[in-house]
Amino acid sequence: MQPANLLLLTLVLAIVAYWLGYARSRSLAMPLGGIRHLKSLPFYYGARAALWSGIPALIVLGLWAAFQGKVIQMIVIGGLPEGIIPATDGEASLLLSKISNVASGALPPGFVEAPIAEAAERLQALRTQSRFLMSGLVISVAVLAGFLGWLRIRPRLNARSQVESILKWVFFACAALAILTTVGIIFSVAFETFRFFGKVPFTEFIFGSHWSPQTALRADQVASQGAFGMIPLFTGTLLISAIAMVVAVPVGLLSAIYLSEYAGRKVRGVVKPLLEMLAGIPTVVYGFFAALTVAPFISDLAASMGIEASSQSALAAGAVMGIMIIPFVSSLSDDVINAVPQAMRDGSLALGATQSETMKKVIFPAALPGIMGGILLAVSRAIGETMIVVMAAGLAANLTANPLETVTTVTVQIVTLLTGDQEFDSAKTLAAFALGAMLFLATLLLNVIALKIVRKYREQYD
Amino acid sequence: MTDQRSQAEIVRQSLKRRYRKERRFRAYGIMAIAIALGALLILFTDIIGKGYTGFVKTTITMDVQLDGEMMYLDDPTDERQIKMADFVEPLVQALIKEIPGATEDDRNQVRELINPYASVTLRDALKANPDWLGTTQTMTFLTHTDVDVYVKHAGDDAYSIKLNDQQKTWVDELLERDVIETSFNDVFFSGGDSRDPSKAGILGAIVGSLLTMFVTLILSFPIGVAAAIYLEEFAPQNKFTDFIEVNINNLAAVPSIIFGLLGLAVFINLFGMPRSVPVVGGLVLTLMTLPTIIISSRAAIKSVPPSIREAAEGIGASKMQVVLHHVLPLAMPGMLTGSIIGMAQALGETAPLLLIGMVAFIVDVPDGFFDSATVLPVQVFLWAGSPELAFIERASAAIMVLLAFLISMNALAIWMRKRLERRW
Repeated sequence: MQPANLLLLTLVLAIVAYWLGYARSRSLAMPLGGIRHLKSLPFYYGARAALWSGIPALIVLGLWAAFQGKVIQMIVIGGLPEGIIPATDGEASLLLSKISNVASGALPPGFVEAPIAEAAERLQALRTQSRFLMSGLVISVAVLAGFLGWLRIRPRLNARSQVESILKWVFFACAALAILTTVGIIFSVAFETFRFFGKVPFTEFIFGSHWSPQTALRADQVASQGAFGMIPLFTGTLLISAIAMVVAVPVGLLSAIYLSEYAGRKVRGVVKPLLEMLAGIPTVVYGFFAALTVAPFISDLAASMGIEASSQSALAAGAVMGIMIIPFVSSLSDDVINAVPQAMRDGSLALGATQSETMKKVIFPAALPGIMGGILLAVSRAIGETMIVVMAAGLAANLTANPLETVTTVTVQIVTLLTGDQEFDSAKTLAAFALGAMLFLATLLLNVIALKIVRKYREQYD
Repeated sequence: MTDQRSQAEIVRQSLKRRYRKERRFRAYGIMAIAIALGALLILFTDIIGKGYTGFVKTTITMDVQLDGEMMYLDDPTDERQIKMADFVEPLVQALIKEIPGATEDDRNQVRELINPYASVTLRDALKANPDWLGTTQTMTFLTHTDVDVYVKHAGDDAYSIKLNDQQKTWVDELLERDVIETSFNDVFFSGGDSRDPSKAGILGAIVGSLLTMFVTLILSFPIGVAAAIYLEEFAPQNKFTDFIEVNINNLAAVPSIIFGLLGLAVFINLFGMPRSVPVVGGLVLTLMTLPTIIISSRAAIKSVPPSIREAAEGIGASKMQVVLHHVLPLAMPGMLTGSIIGMAQALGETAPLLLIGMVAFIVDVPDGFFDSATVLPVQVFLWAGSPELAFIERASAAIMVLLAFLISMNALAIWMRKRLERRW
């Protein structure tokens, strides 16, 4: 049975268990003189039976479905005859994809060696077996556990507190998933990163000023020795982020000031949602706009002024990214400006300062730490932004500060290294994870600092 | 006394300058807003201007003589014969008849006006109606993409017209006689991706998006709400709870591409799940949207006044009953609103899906959660990277469809906030 169908069946079984538990509690209560002699309402006896039946079955199902693919692969590889047992992980995955292509019928068995065709048959058989075993196991766990739960229903059993404590644990598990996700990110990225540093020295990665991840395909190739120096990527990312900030900070901040201090309710009611619309537009749309409209416009404009500009200039990607970040800056600044106590505003105005003087000399300095926090968050967003740069910035890793030239960024390289043809286990693929680790650390650091500043600032005026 | 007067004088004299500064400051604010809204306006007009023609298709209607001899076919029910038969010839002959002045010698030029897939359309039609063999049928086919581009963008310098002068005069003539017509592009909404722009559609991507979103919704909403309930109502005040909170806040700001790396390493490499399927996409987007949903759900729970809780506790409800029977129903509209906004974000997300392989060229409309699929924003990305302007046109049209989805989701969220959310 397919996992999805099995999931539905488990739910059906849990519902059946609910009704059986419900009925049993009532039938136990009747001879005693009605359900008021039960410790809990019949609903809770039913719910308890359903949880007993459903939760173990779901855990079994989840674990089986998660690991069956890997286990079957290992059995198939292990069962290959001497001579074609793959030496490296890369060969193994190539072989596996060949075997599974034969098994799925995409590749006729006649086209491959006999052992592979046999392995494909075994793969198919194992898959059927696994599916069969999984269905049997899940159904029997659901029925058995449900039956045990059903059997233990007594009038004196406090089903409600049991159900409630199970639910509480379920809620806790959901909240703890956030930790699990973070741990997952750290482990998945860290593991591959360490393997990368086994191939490329750490100092070369951090301090190297040359990036060209084309590693040699054959051992005798001389031309393409991969170079993994992340400095050009780092400067490229910073250049584009800086351009984005130059656009986003003044525009976002000034519009936040105008909207919070000058604009009437009506203007605010119209302009604010429109600004927020900028934040709701998918990044791929900005990328499209940057690559097909802004970049050609900039290079034409530069050409008409006699300056040479790349058709994938950093300026185009950065400017469009800035537009994307405007609402982010403006809504964060809006929050902190509004958090400045009214008394400070009134005090300044009462001394005869104009509104703009109040803004510039009183409110802005008071709100500055919060605004800085907001800007740091915006920077972290710009650094991690992917689609705009993938579509509008280039692939060439130039070490330059000229916004009209092509630069590449960390995120662009991650995407290019991990899409398209992948060599498994090569320094090239692992480099993407190392870049991901750097990106994660950089954004994490910015976020932690920014959140701390914002929180501290908020406490100051609470 | 004189001193004071002179000070008032100084202030009065400086007033003009200060008011000017005030006006200038205001003007800066208005300018900033104008820049932001102007960018929004330019973005929209650019995309609509580039893409509205994507909703138009160019077709050709002609009398096709289904002559068995010409097609090397005498029994349309025979699979083998129909595979071998020539379905291009009847189309070319029909079009030559439509064009005055065209002869057998022009057959190659005439053939270039018809869509390469038109013969497939004809074959399927004949398969469905075997008795058409030997008759003449009036049928409508897509034109070649070059004709489509010429009809839609004849005066536009950005587009290179690949037709030669002879073909252009023919197309002009056929247009005048309404043999070639433009109409609403239903192909765009009823097919999957294709190498031929005229044939390319977004149905596959839309279905892929819906499947992915379904997985995301059924996972992230219950888990997010449960986590929010735990953190707001049950969590003890300790280091561990703080740690969970810090984690959630940080995950909300982690770049989306990092979630793609996580999905690649965990779901695909560790668990051996297949690449480019909606289930894996949904799982990755779930992890990405969870923080958003948890944060907005917590805000919704917080906004339920304590008096409700106290009243329920006062009549003997347990803590769980208070939460499930009273707090949750009252917080539900707020939670739903937050989730819709989170789902809208997930719908527009592209980067993490690139890493788990949802960038493949997929022609078929996916028919299950474990079937290879792509999603709408990725389809836009794929088409936008094409050098052919006819694909760019489709990409813009797909963006409009995507934006229509997003705007209606956000409108729904706003409507729900206005209608259902209670102010206490």
